[in-house]
Amino acid sequence: MVATATLIPGFADPVFDAQSSFRAAMDALSRPGTIQQIGCPLTPPKGLSAASAALMLTLCDYDTPVYLSAALAQGAVPGWLGFHAGAKVTSDKSNSAFAFFDKSSPLPAFSQFSQGTQDYPDRSTTIVLEVASLEGGARLSLSGPGIKGANEISPVGLPATFLDQWRANRALFPRGIDLILTCGNRLIGLPRTVNIKALEV
Amino acid sequence: MTALADYNFAYLDEQTKRMIRRAILKAIAIPGYQVPFASREMPMPYGWGTGGVQVTAAILGPHDVLKVIDQGADDTTNAVSIRAFFQKVADVAVTTKTSEATIIQTRHRIPEETLGENQVLVYQVPIPEPLRFLEPRETETRQMHALEEYGLMHVKLYEDIARHGRIATTYAYPVKVAGRYVMDPSPTPKFDNPKMNQSAALQLFGAGREKRIYAVPPYTDVVSLDFEDHPFEVQTFEKPCALCGARHVYLDEVVLDDKGGRMFVCSDTDYCETRREEGQRGEMLADMKEAAE
Ligand SMILES: [Zn+2]
Repeated sequence: MVATATLIPGFADPVFDAQSSFRAAMDALSRPGTIQQIGCPLTPPKGLSAASAALMLTLCDYDTPVYLSAALAQGAVPGWLGFHAGAKVTSDKSNSAFAFFDKSSPLPAFSQFSQGTQDYPDRSTTIVLEVASLEGGARLSLSGPGIKGANEISPVGLPATFLDQWRANRALFPRGIDLILTCGNRLIGLPRTVNIKALEV
Repeated sequence: MTALADYNFAYLDEQTKRMIRRAILKAIAIPGYQVPFASREMPMPYGWGTGGVQVTAAILGPHDVLKVIDQGADDTTNAVSIRAFFQKVADVAVTTKTSEATIIQTRHRIPEETLGENQVLVYQVPIPEPLRFLEPRETETRQMHALEEYGLMHVKLYEDIARHGRIATTYAYPVKVAGRYVMDPSPTPKFDNPKMNQSAALQLFGAGREKRIYAVPPYTDVVSLDFEDHPFEVQTFEKPCALCGARHVYLDEVVLDDKGGRMFVCSDTDYCETRREEGQRGEMLADMKEAAE
């Protein structure tokens, strides 16, 4: 299992690919709703989008317990993540620094993840969720820090309860989870500060 | 500098960069909150902006163009050293032109030229905790931030007014970020506080000795604390810049001779030079021109 996983390469250039991928993540979270792109080529293990894979290699290591969706936990991802990033997989959502979901697995309630404490709101889970598409779905209006006026996104594949869950998450501020949506090599950042509401069709 | 012989791109090892990068993302998600991070030893003393240097090193890439200022100038010892450091360890392009830079590392000033969306401003911060002078204990200040207990801060500012007839604090004037956290923009002059509000650029703050990183995302409300009967005011200068004639900019006093002669000039040297290149002339240069004729 591990032997086959190690055959899938990580970043071709670990230093510069991690740097450019980080800048995509930084731009995504500081300008919520903008679609950012991973600039380096990367062949992800089966079940993972290239953007989710790049974020794993860029942000995860021995210090960050990683929760994986059931489908990801059963495939090549744990071995790949361990080999290239040295990160440990945890089955405890509430103790995870990062949680990765493929587009087929159900997304658990945000409240099951770490939301940080009032003293240390940074000790929270960042959820990376692959969706069917970042565009073409129901229109959502975004406002908050990082956004001039309002911004609009239309991802496809968010759970039906998403808006209610997000509203509850937003109300916890400064606690709360941060969310990154990925599809292919592109991503959208939704930090806990962002207000999201459905636009009338 | 022989210790630098064997270093990674931008000096920091990849694990340290990951740790700092994670802290930066949390800082962006919780505007104004001070994220603890494991600050590393840098090949320069604390007080030389090691926090800002670590933030810059963690975000910097081969396509960036770096500008470093101390006060408003690119040519002071501190700015020159940090710029040379990044040229050496990252072979990065550098500039003194604000408009050309993608990353601007600063101590004290925010450039006069309005920053854009493609720019990141990195502040070197000595003391990140705005409540520290009221309360020396970290556990207490953390609790005050957690509970949003900023009453003491307001009392202190009001006492300032009672004593001086105005708020005497001119540097590190506290602000409230996105309506929640009180933040120290230290040690920038309060003249620059309004530039932080709704800036198109991302603003990152690094405190090396105190091991804190915090951020103001673009287009975020940054409000200087004040009172209805004593609204926040920035310094005003009686005369425009003696060299370029600019008004509504931050001026430094320059002593001209030992007979008390002095002039006030832009603290932002790039701004002043650019204006003069465009043909703008202040009082001092107009005098010299007349004298030459
Ligand atoms: Zn001037």
